[in-house]
This record gives sequence, structure tokens and C-alpha cells, in this order.
Amino acid sequence: MNFEQTENQKMIADMVADFAARHIKPKMMEWDESQHFPVEVFKELGKQGLMGVLVPHEYGGSGFGYLEYMTAIVELSKVCGSIGLSMAAHNSLCTGHILQFGNEAQKQKYLPKLATGEFIGAWGLTETGTGSDAGGMNTTAVKDGDYWVINGSKNFITHAISGDVAVVIVRTGEKGDSHGMTAFIVERETPGFSGGKKENKLGMRASETACLFFDNCRIHQDQMLGKEGEGFIQAMKVLDGGRISIASLALGIAKGAYEAALAYSKEREQFGKPISEFQAIAFKLADMATKIECAELLTSQAAVMKNEGKPMTKESAMAKYYASEIAVQIGNDAVQVFGGYGYTKDYPAEKFYRDAKLCTIGEGTSEIQKLVISRQILKG
Amino acid sequence: MNILVCVSPVPDTTTKITFVDNNTKFNTEGVQFIINPYDELALTRALELTEKHGGEVTVITVGTAGTEPVIRKALAIGAAKAIRVNCDPVDSLHTAQAIHSAISNESFDLIFTGRESIDYNSGQVAGLLAELLGMGLLNIVTSIEVEGSDVIATRDIDGGKEKVSHPLPCVASAQKDLCEPRIPNMRGIMQARTKQLNVVEYADAYNDTEYLSYDLPPAKGAVKLIDPANAGELIDLLRSEKKLI
Repeated sequence: MNFEQTENQKMIADMVADFAARHIKPKMMEWDESQHFPVEVFKELGKQGLMGVLVPHEYGGSGFGYLEYMTAIVELSKVCGSIGLSMAAHNSLCTGHILQFGNEAQKQKYLPKLATGEFIGAWGLTETGTGSDAGGMNTTAVKDGDYWVINGSKNFITHAISGDVAVVIVRTGEKGDSHGMTAFIVERETPGFSGGKKENKLGMRASETACLFFDNCRIHQDQMLGKEGEGFIQAMKVLDGGRISIASLALGIAKGAYEAALAYSKEREQFGKPISEFQAIAFKLADMATKIECAELLTSQAAVMKNEGKPMTKESAMAKYYASEIAVQIGNDAVQVFGGYGYTKDYPAEKFYRDAKLCTIGEGTSEIQKLVISRQILKG
Repeated sequence: MNILVCVSPVPDTTTKITFVDNNTKFNTEGVQFIINPYDELALTRALELTEKHGGEVTVITVGTAGTEPVIRKALAIGAAKAIRVNCDPVDSLHTAQAIHSAISNESFDLIFTGRESIDYNSGQVAGLLAELLGMGLLNIVTSIEVEGSDVIATRDIDGGKEKVSHPLPCVASAQKDLCEPRIPNMRGIMQARTKQLNVVEYADAYNDTEYLSYDLPPAKGAVKLIDPANAGELIDLLRSEKKLI
């Protein structure tokens, strides 16, 4: 087995690091402080080919596989989790859903715009009353001739306000029936469709999160993804791939926190020597590094299996679960290594710590990942 | 217009420099090589010029197969094709001769290098190459434009700048401030593998230079802090210890 990054992955890693140093690092604390969602950065990410990493060339994308996608998210998130999250959500969820389940006309219409960053994509599954229990959703679509009339709201939606297009999963059948939900593509200007108030969050503050409202929003039949009743099943498959992106996001944040702590521990002196020479700190660094390697191997495994078209529900859930849990632990450890300075915003540790926590919650909580893993290992 | 950009692979700027074989060889073990930053400027500006005036950019590197990732990075940034002269260059003259030999059957309007490579910092390849090619040299330019059959360039001189023009073809070397180096995009990275990379042999025996030994520069001394209330002590130290006054 070859555990080395390919030359393409190395080149992508360098490219993203250069991009982040130029376009993200100088302003990220300002965006974090003011909760500014920097739309212009996503236009630039589009020019770099990072808004359609998995989208084939014929639809204007970069045509890479999951390993390269993972590398891009990791490198971006090593610098700023918010930008990593928004990039991952755009690629995996909205764009990924249309790529996997759109018909040819839908793909031609939306993918080139999404892949180049002309459009920013949102994806709506969660509601105020239904997070983990997505099947119990209350937002409905009722057929009216060639149109569907959507009413209700979606909660905690990335790019709900700034998104140019959203894929939403709504109820078209009985509540609780996994075949009672359908996915639609909704454009921002559609009457009756609007974004709500932005959430004021602990971390990931430069990534926009808000609710989506539907008030007699009429959507043409042509905007339906796949067939009526397939929405929930599609969403679960989209989330299978999405877990690789959140695992990569968590891995990137963990690496960023660890590298900052490692560098600081060699510079900071106490009792006449660098604190890295004290076993208390050195062992902490050893733990951090080992956890990162584990998370990287799990995530790479899921990515390789996804590339090969193998079932990877268990592996992607394990990667997402493990990487996000260790990202929080490593964020915590990094703050501890930085000591008092780690608690201030002048040093990077506190932001990694705050951003990391989203990873154990978003796109399926750690508890849901354990549910997925346990069902997979118990079903045989 | 067709431009040749000479690209030197150099150790990443964060590399810890060590030597082997009784300090006669640079230890490349585990070293990450990058495009020499001045060459990256030359490449970016060359791409801008061909985008404006037409033509294409070729990159050339003198080095063994291990330099190919650096060449492919240059292709990912936007060069149309690449030449690798298969030889391990000994010094600047060796490099210039190898480039000269490899391009003897080709014609370029402009040959662009960095002002120097950041490893050995000799800054000689541009001048040597110009001499071998019988061309003029615009050395260390901070701007370069093409107007008709001339290049117009700016050079920093003591206390000011000079603006010079020279007919094409010629050799030029890039100084910082020339442009913002270009970052490759995903499409460029994917295309880099399918672009033409010609390997040419250069077998001339070369033994003008022999490396006797390498030494690291002395470690920086500790900083001496002087209380602002004792500014006189600073004057004394500058006079007696550093003998600067």
C-alpha cells in the first residue's frame, strides 16, 4: 500500500496553501469577529477550480476524485475552518446532489455555474424540530398542475442568505415515510423563497448559517431531482460522501491546531528551556500527532473506497466520527499548549478550538455516526 | 512571441541545510524542492506577455529526473511545454552551456530567467547564456513590456530607476516587484501531466569546478538589549566592541 500523497495531491496542497496565505489569512480574524461571509473569496475559489472539485470537465468542473478533494479541504481548513466548511458544503451537498441525481438538463443548467463559483450553493434538510430525525420534517410540497407549492422552513442552512441556488428536501407524502420526501432545486429569486436571520455562532463564524423560508413558493416540476419520493434516500447518499468532506474539514482544523502548537512549543521558553522539552508538553504533542495520523488514514480509506465505487457508509461514518472528535480534543490541547496566550485572539489556537466543535454536530452528530456504524456492524 | 523561461529547482526556504560526504555535498535527503521564486516571477510575467501578444511559453530545467515535479508545477501554472536537460549541473557555466546546447535548434523571442537562484545565489546564468547566444542582456528588471520589436524594461539603480529598451530577441532576468506570482488552478494541475515534457541529453564532460567543502554561516549571536536610560552604553559598545563608530 502506498501511503504517500500523489504528486497531484502535493501540488493541490501547495496551491491551496498559497491561496489561503494570500486571500484568507490576512482577513480571517476580521471575518470571524464580524461574522462576515466573504462572497468574493468564493468567487476566487471558483477561479482556482475549488468550487467544483468533483464535477467532471464537461460540466465546467475540475474532474478530480475524492483524495484530491480531501487534500483541498484539509489545506483550506488548516488555515480557516469557516472557509473550509463553506467550500465543503458547496461542493458536497448542493453541487454533489445535482451531480449525483440531476437529469442532463439540470446538470447543464446548474453545474457549470456552481463549479466556477458564479453560483454559491445551499442545501436544506434540517428543520427546527428535526435534526437527526430528518424524516420527521414538516416542510411540505403539494402538487398543483405542473408546479409544486412549498410551505415551511429549513434551519441551520449553510449559505441560506447568500446562496444563489438551493437543493431542498421536503415532504411530499406521509410523515415518517422514508419514501415520502422529494428533492427540488430552488433558485434564490423564486417568489415566496427567502433566507432568514443569520445565526450568531460559537465558531465557523465566517461561514453563513441561517434559515430558509417557503411561503407558497411555486416550483416547476422540472426542478424536481430524480423522482417523487426519492428525496430522503438521495439525501442519505449525499451525506455518505459529505461525511468525507466533514472528516477532511475536521482533519484540517486538527492539523492547523497541532502545527501551531508544535511551533509555539519550540519557541516558548519556561524555566530556561523550550516547553517542548518538558514531557508534559512533548507527550501531548505525541498524542495529537498520533490521532491526526489515525484520522488521516480513516479519511483516506473512505475516499479511496468512494473513488472505487464501493459501499463506504461505515467507513465514512467512522472517519467523520473519529476526525471530528479528535479535532475538538486537539483544539483543546492546542489552547492548553499556548497557555494564557491560547485563550486570546492574538494567537490561532482559540479559533481552531471554536471551529472544531461544529464538526461533531454538523452533517450528522457523533451520536448519529455511532448509530450508523453500529447498524452496519450489527446487520451482518 | 515565444518565450523560454529557465526554471531552477531550489530547496524550500524552510529547509534545514546539512551536508554529506565530508561536507562536500549538499544533503538532499527529505528536502522539498520548489520553483526558484525569481524564476516564478519570470514565468508569470512571460505568461502575461504571451496572453497579451500571443505565442507560448516553454520552460527549461537542467537537472535529473527528480526535478520533474518542479517542472510539472511550472506547466500547471501555465507553461505550454517543457524541456528537461538531463544532467546534474555543476555550476552556472555548466547550466548555461546545457541550456544553450538544448535550444540550439529552436528560436525564442525572449529568454527569461530569475535574477539568481536562492540556493547558490550566483546570479550568473542569464549573463552567461546571453554571451553564449550572442544576445543582449536586460539584467535584474522590475518591469518588462513588449512594444513592436523591442522590449522596454525598468531596472533599479542606485538612487533611482532606469528605463531601457532593447530589440528582440534578448535575455532578461527577473527581479522582485516584477509581478504577483501566479498560483496554479485545479485545471492547470490536471493538464500538467498531459503537457509535453521533452528530455534532452547533455553529455559534455565538465570539470571546471570542484567542490572542496561546504560550511554553514556562523550562528547569529544573541541580541544584547540596552536600557533606553543608558543610551550612552550603546554608543560605547558601537565604538569599542563593534568598531562601527
